[in-house]
Amino acid sequence: MISADQQPDLRRKLRRSKSRARLRGLLLVAPALLLLMVAFVAPIGGMLFNAVANPEFRSAMPRLADYVREWDGQELPGEEGYRLLAEEIGRAYSDKTLPGAAMRLNYEQSGLRSLFMRAGRRADRLEAPYRRSFLELDKDWGSISVWQAMQAASAPFTARYLLQAVDREITWDGEIRLVEPEKRVFVDRFEATFWISFVVTSLCALIGYPMAYAIAAAPPRRARLMLVLLLLPFWTSLLVRTAAWVVLLQRDGIINDALIWIGVVDQPVQLIFNRLGVYIAMTHILLPFMALPLYSVMKGISPNHMRAAASLGAGPISAFWTVYFPQTVPGLGAGCLLVYVLAIGFYITPALVGGSGDQMISYLIANFALGTANWSVASALAIVLLCCVAIFYPFFRRYVGIDRLRLG
Amino acid sequence: MSARPFASPVERLGRGALRVLVGAGFLFLLAPIVAVIPLSFNGGDFLSYPLRGVSLQWYARVFEPFPWMTGLANSLTVASATTVLATVVGTLAAYGLATSDFRGRGLVMGLMISPMLVPLVITGLAIYLAFARYGLVHTFVGLILAHTILALPFVVVTVTATLQGFDRNMMRAASSLGASPLTAFRTVTMPLIAPGILSGAVFAFVTSFDEVVVALFLAGPGQFTLPRHMFTALRDKLDPSIVALATLLILVSILLLIVVELLRWRSERLRRGRP
Repeated sequence: MISADQQPDLRRKLRRSKSRARLRGLLLVAPALLLLMVAFVAPIGGMLFNAVANPEFRSAMPRLADYVREWDGQELPGEEGYRLLAEEIGRAYSDKTLPGAAMRLNYEQSGLRSLFMRAGRRADRLEAPYRRSFLELDKDWGSISVWQAMQAASAPFTARYLLQAVDREITWDGEIRLVEPEKRVFVDRFEATFWISFVVTSLCALIGYPMAYAIAAAPPRRARLMLVLLLLPFWTSLLVRTAAWVVLLQRDGIINDALIWIGVVDQPVQLIFNRLGVYIAMTHILLPFMALPLYSVMKGISPNHMRAAASLGAGPISAFWTVYFPQTVPGLGAGCLLVYVLAIGFYITPALVGGSGDQMISYLIANFALGTANWSVASALAIVLLCCVAIFYPFFRRYVGIDRLRLG
Repeated sequence: MSARPFASPVERLGRGALRVLVGAGFLFLLAPIVAVIPLSFNGGDFLSYPLRGVSLQWYARVFEPFPWMTGLANSLTVASATTVLATVVGTLAAYGLATSDFRGRGLVMGLMISPMLVPLVITGLAIYLAFARYGLVHTFVGLILAHTILALPFVVVTVTATLQGFDRNMMRAASSLGASPLTAFRTVTMPLIAPGILSGAVFAFVTSFDEVVVALFLAGPGQFTLPRHMFTALRDKLDPSIVALATLLILVSILLLIVVELLRWRSERLRRGRP
């Protein structure tokens, strides 16, 4: 028995030991947390910053940037503005920061890059009166839109890349509108990404449901074997599987040979480098992610439920729909969520088995980053894609949870 | 699921249809993997049937230094370093998450698994932009750190699952017998969760060994891994040696699958208390 005066002491001890355990837990988690912060969370934050940062013009011509920030934007600046322009362009040209700024201005209005670079090359010939001197160089220097472009490029942050990622642009007076039809490329790719992911998720559900059912209903030893067979493709390198599909689906590949032999077609058909190839290869890769959560739910459903339904007079079909299927919905939901979220981010497989119209948004991101080194647009597209995935994240934690992520 | 004599025609039809569907599903899953294997022994230059004689020429090509063997060496370097780092850090984290209850635990868990769900291109781009500032792009260190981030969730998930089946009273018994927390972990917990840790390590290894998207961003020609070379080969020209390489990699994955299955079997036996 613990006497009354010992109780507070014990309580304190318990509290201390609990807080010590808590501290130990935090210390154990700390290295992983630190690593994630430094090499994952901070980089993603940096990418967000990169998508809205607007440093090129300001870093090349800081005084001019300050000047155009103050400018009212209504009518052309006076002589003082043009004098500053001449000085800043000349200096930026000689310290080689002008090309970056000119490129940035060109995003605002095409043609500005050559206008600024030409002025930079001839900066030593610009003299008072500066305004006339500029106009003699090129009459475009008398256009107010050039100054408006400079004003847009001088702000510390810009929404133009994020807007561009959804095919929108902001006009000088603050109106957001669609870009010209021939420049609308991104929304189209986002739609294709969602559609491909949807079709692949549906195919995975249609193929994976009966498979998971068969494994759950099989006797243990056979179920084990079927699970291993289900997992084998999963453990095989993504590139190996993609390579296998390229080989099988090509014009003189086995599938075409088989189709001709059966007599379904008499000419080889195009099965790859189109949408069909993307559906086939992606479904193949993602199928285990659907079948495994389904199986783990189905394994827990007692066969007695179906027997009870049958004994109460339900036919096999109505017993399935009213008794069995509703119990598998959590597994189906988890599988669909997992497959859809993973499918949205696919890059390698569509890049290797799809045509140019079947590329997903990840392909564009990689292309902007690695192909044209346009980090701002790549970052903006990545942010939009990240938001599309993040929408599913709360559902994910609720319906999939960490247990069903256990693969294998 | 033996056919019962009193099964109604609808039931029999359903069962037959199910068999066909499931068979087709497994065929779809396994056929591409099986079908490439014979092609790797093809004597001809084309990747199509019928085979033109049997030859090991493509295997000879695989074992030439460039590109496949240098790629393999780079892959093994990156994957083994990633495995060690991710397994140690991930096991500690999973143990900390499972054995104590601090505020924000759910948030930390969510953060730990998020690299699994964030599209690889985003992770690759973000890490590239950050690492470029510190000169870590086109270095082994940068690639290993990035792969560790990707492998961490697999270790955390696997070890957490093992710890959930772990009876914590054993730890309490150990400490009541005078063992320090460290001794208790080393002599009681560790042997029991070792199979889980090892399968986490295998997952970490495969994650890195297979990874190509982040490698596209972070690896320079000096760090090109096997998948990175395979990506180039598949995109530019279908070289038959890739099928020989694929066959070898399929063998490796079968081997790893067997290892993980054995570990799981061992873990389940340990959990049932029959070591």
